[in-house]
Amino acid sequence: MIGLTHYLVVGAILFVLGVLGIFINRKNVIIILMAIELILLSVNINLVAFSAYLGDLVGQVFSMFVLTVAAGEAAIGLAILVIYFRGRGTIAVDDVNRMKG
Amino acid sequence: MNHDMSASLLLVAPELTLTLAGLALLIWAAFFGDRHATGISIAAVAALVGAGALTSLAPAAGGNAFDGLARVDAFSTFAHVLIYFAAAVAIIIAPRFFRAHTPGGHGLMRAEYPILIVFAAVGMGMMVSATDLMTLYVGLEMNSLAAYVLASFIRTDTRSAEAGLKYFVLGALASGILLYGMSLLYGFSGTTNFAGIAAAMGADFSGGLVFGLVFVLAGLAFKISAVPFHMWTPDVYEGAPTPVTAFFASAPKVAAMALTVRVCIEAFGPTTLDWQQIIIFLALASTILGAVGAIGQRNIKRLLAYSSINNVGFALIGLAAGSEAGVAATMSYMAVYVVMTLGSFLCILQLRDAGGAYVEDIARMAGLGKARPWLVGAIALFMFSLAGIPPLFGFWPKFLVFDAAVRAGLLPLAIIGALSSVISAFYYLKVIKTMAFDEAPADAPQWTAEGNAVETGLIGFTATAISPLGYLAIAPLAYLSGNAALALFR
Repeated sequence: MIGLTHYLVVGAILFVLGVLGIFINRKNVIIILMAIELILLSVNINLVAFSAYLGDLVGQVFSMFVLTVAAGEAAIGLAILVIYFRGRGTIAVDDVNRMKG
Repeated sequence: MNHDMSASLLLVAPELTLTLAGLALLIWAAFFGDRHATGISIAAVAALVGAGALTSLAPAAGGNAFDGLARVDAFSTFAHVLIYFAAAVAIIIAPRFFRAHTPGGHGLMRAEYPILIVFAAVGMGMMVSATDLMTLYVGLEMNSLAAYVLASFIRTDTRSAEAGLKYFVLGALASGILLYGMSLLYGFSGTTNFAGIAAAMGADFSGGLVFGLVFVLAGLAFKISAVPFHMWTPDVYEGAPTPVTAFFASAPKVAAMALTVRVCIEAFGPTTLDWQQIIIFLALASTILGAVGAIGQRNIKRLLAYSSINNVGFALIGLAAGSEAGVAATMSYMAVYVVMTLGSFLCILQLRDAGGAYVEDIARMAGLGKARPWLVGAIALFMFSLAGIPPLFGFWPKFLVFDAAVRAGLLPLAIIGALSSVISAFYYLKVIKTMAFDEAPADAPQWTAEGNAVETGLIGFTATAISPLGYLAIAPLAYLSGNAALALFR
């Protein structure tokens, strides 16, 4: 029987993977965008699982909002990445260092 | 249950006005393009002023809109007015900067700029009146998405693009952390409503709710750039166009701080002793690191970034007290801080060499005192005020937060805060010393004296407000911030 805990564990694992994907990855900014999507996905799993467990629709409505915002966020992230690439000719994470201090 | 739609719509009239104005301006921009950027900017400022006037419609006793999704009260009104003021100033100072920024000066001022600020203002308005996790999240993202674009607004400048990229990645991570915390709060309390969460926390503050509280506070700390979640601030402040930096340092700071206060008091109220520890740590770390980190900075915008981290720490000291007086002190602090920081950035925007390029390097500002004595005088006023040196008004809110902290039994916090403000005085004074007393280097810029009546007027206004004359405003400020705090502790 798959219960609430299983979903929460999957959500937690995805969340940790997403955070690690942002911090450990040194290669490519696109991977960071994917990691961000992973974090939002883990939140959605949590919300829907809680919603089903509680018998309360609010969690599912919330996950719809998160989906919508995630789409907007990805669009803006890619747009910024495109202008960054135009200026610098690279999207390697280690090269994002014009400013130090 | 209150299902009266028209009453709810009336309560959110400022947001409605701004949303409709933003959409109309977008159409205007789509048809006429950047040629009409000036007209669109004026219309956007008018919309912000109108929305600010509409906040006076808020009922004195406060009112719940949309079945408890948002609450309009003295607290949200106080924050609304500050946000709209800062957003309007950010639009007013932009055209001259963007026109001068390109060689040849052929207008980079784009029609999207005022529209993005208007939409960010809608989001910030939602943030400060949110009483539900969903409203909170949508408002926060509406502000953040506009802010990411604004940070990378000069598309041909790699520093601006890099600022946008860094802000986006770290901001999205912060949203993710915040959201994860909110999902836990929802799951373990069974509701997304602040009052419901408070009830669940009062009944049983255990496992999932503790994690939820910590994650939510971590995400919010990111948005107010409190240490240890401040890493993005110096880079974003340096890379973003200066009017955008002025905007970031003012309006979203107020919105995020007001949001943090409301979440802590309304949603986490029964667990004050628990979140107090987190806020005390954030306050201490921010004041100390904000003071120490600024010492080695050579870029004035980076220096002001650390200054803003430092100031957020002081504002958090008021919240750490967890009392009504503490919240009132925090809100007063944010009001004075907005005026000080906008004034500083207005002065920085006047620092242009003969070619029209903006000077941000502090070392190159040596000898400015001889060329532009009035400007250096104004900068000195703002710096002394940010440092909290007594005759200036910046001292007063610092006194209020320390007073609230001492009354709440947090004497060590107040002492360490006061010590760190001594450290921060060092770098503020160093800037003034460089400008006013150092000999101009051989390659010193030929400062242009051309001014702009509106910007000079704004500098004059902000400088007057933080001068000792500002003490005349103590009574109204205390009344308004007191009412705002009372609305949370009703």
